[in-house]
Amino acid sequence: MSNLVIVEHDNNEVAAATLHAVTAAQQIGGDIDLLVAGENCGAVAEAAAKIAGVSSVKVADEAKFGHHLAENLATLIVDVAPGYSHVLAAATTFGKNVMPRAAALLDKAQISEIVEVKSPDTFVRPIYAGNALATVQSSDEIKMITVRTIKFEAAAAEGGSASVEAISGGADAGLSSWVSQAVSNNDQVDLTSAKIVISGGRGMQSGNNFSMLHSVAAKLGAAVGASRAAVDSGFVPNEFQVGQTGKVIAPDLYIAVGISGAIQHLAGMKESKVIVAINNDSEAPIFQVADYGLVADLFEAVPELDAAL
Amino acid sequence: MKVLVCVKRVLDPQVKARVKADGSGVDLANAKMTMNPFCENALEEALRLREAGIVEEIIVASVGGGKTEETLRHGLAMGADRAIQVVTEEALEPLAIAKVLKQVAEQEGVGLVLAGKQAIDDDSNQTAQMMSALLGWSLATFCSDIKIEGDKATIIREVDAGLETIEVKMPAVMSADLRLNEPRYVKLPDVMKAKRKPMDKIELHSLGLDTANRMTTLQVEEPEGRAAGVIVNSVSELVEKLRNEAKVI
Repeated sequence: MSNLVIVEHDNNEVAAATLHAVTAAQQIGGDIDLLVAGENCGAVAEAAAKIAGVSSVKVADEAKFGHHLAENLATLIVDVAPGYSHVLAAATTFGKNVMPRAAALLDKAQISEIVEVKSPDTFVRPIYAGNALATVQSSDEIKMITVRTIKFEAAAAEGGSASVEAISGGADAGLSSWVSQAVSNNDQVDLTSAKIVISGGRGMQSGNNFSMLHSVAAKLGAAVGASRAAVDSGFVPNEFQVGQTGKVIAPDLYIAVGISGAIQHLAGMKESKVIVAINNDSEAPIFQVADYGLVADLFEAVPELDAAL
Repeated sequence: MKVLVCVKRVLDPQVKARVKADGSGVDLANAKMTMNPFCENALEEALRLREAGIVEEIIVASVGGGKTEETLRHGLAMGADRAIQVVTEEALEPLAIAKVLKQVAEQEGVGLVLAGKQAIDDDSNQTAQMMSALLGWSLATFCSDIKIEGDKATIIREVDAGLETIEVKMPAVMSADLRLNEPRYVKLPDVMKAKRKPMDKIELHSLGLDTANRMTTLQVEEPEGRAAGVIVNSVSELVEKLRNEAKVI
């Protein structure tokens, strides 16, 4: 067996999500190579070579891969994948975008968002917003996999000494171009890796009221998240969304404020170690998954919480 | 320009999936079914593109068994011009679905394919990306804004870090995210009108494609539930428990 893990990065740093995909590859077994495709991404390749357990890092450093456009990157994966039994990427918007395109070009199925490796050809993946777990066995000779990061520990970022090999391949499909990226200008803790997350829902009533959550978050070193309802209402931008089709997270402590607890939201946070729910509706489904529930008006409870910390 | 909107019939998102006792799958007998919400976003976008004069004809297509027709009729009631059902009782994987719908897109000579980013039943998030690969077209996933001008489109995509803007050449495959639009409600006269709109049925085997599944589902089970928690009576009690019992702050 041999694994190829597609490295997610911004041409400067390896994304933390990739370390979780490396661990999934370790559980499959066999050699692990990494593919770094980007532009002026030498620092990424160097960092990738230090990840524990990696044999070699293949680097395609070309302008056509600079913005990780799926059409171009997929052609490179198609060139490199043959010879590997498994190709993996983290199930982030990066991995979800490019992996199925590459899989179809290879005429291979994709096994999405695995949460467990049973054997080199058998995996567990959540379906129906995590309300069912399917164990699937793949017959493809190259298994294309995306990895749900919360179910695999991060591999050590240091300690490895992989070889680094420059490669060429892939094509500039000439189909799309990157224009810009708007990242909300907050310096808040990263939602996907935060130990503590405090999220707001429709009950927050406005974007301004999220300042209450940011204040608590600052004291706890926490990230701020949101339910789909809060994002749809325009209270906060899309990158705050926790849920089935947003970010799936599993912090040590998740505090749900004014969130009713729809199936789709629970799918994104129910693996958290400790869940707190603050809601004025004692019938809200969020209380069924909460370790600690507080039935209260959030506009009184959150400032009180802030003061108590 | 013609547009193909790919839709899927799924368990209603308000209904919690129940796993069958024999572990063979999720029990859908007598369950309330609906059009996948993201597919409604895709169709709504097509309707708006037609209203803006960019699209002339909207074809809504789905792959599935008998009752798939209901979902397509819903698409016609929303405003699609005609429907195509590729008929099969087999549960195909996204790669096979992509092969089938690619063939439909080519046969119909469409210049745009719209799909939902993810079906809320199997949560694969693959079909649009795979179709784009098989067609050799541009790909725009997780769209929250689509502007088509001539032979190119400017897309705003929802990504983990925020919003990314890309430009793609047409023809293209685009997958809808939640903030793309708010799908319209269907009115009763539209439902009546939809009954008279054309519905083509194509038998899957007549397409001559390799649609064999690559995966075998060995077992479907329910995840472990969470143990019941406690209701605390005050913020101070909550803070005390988080500090001393759960030890997470």
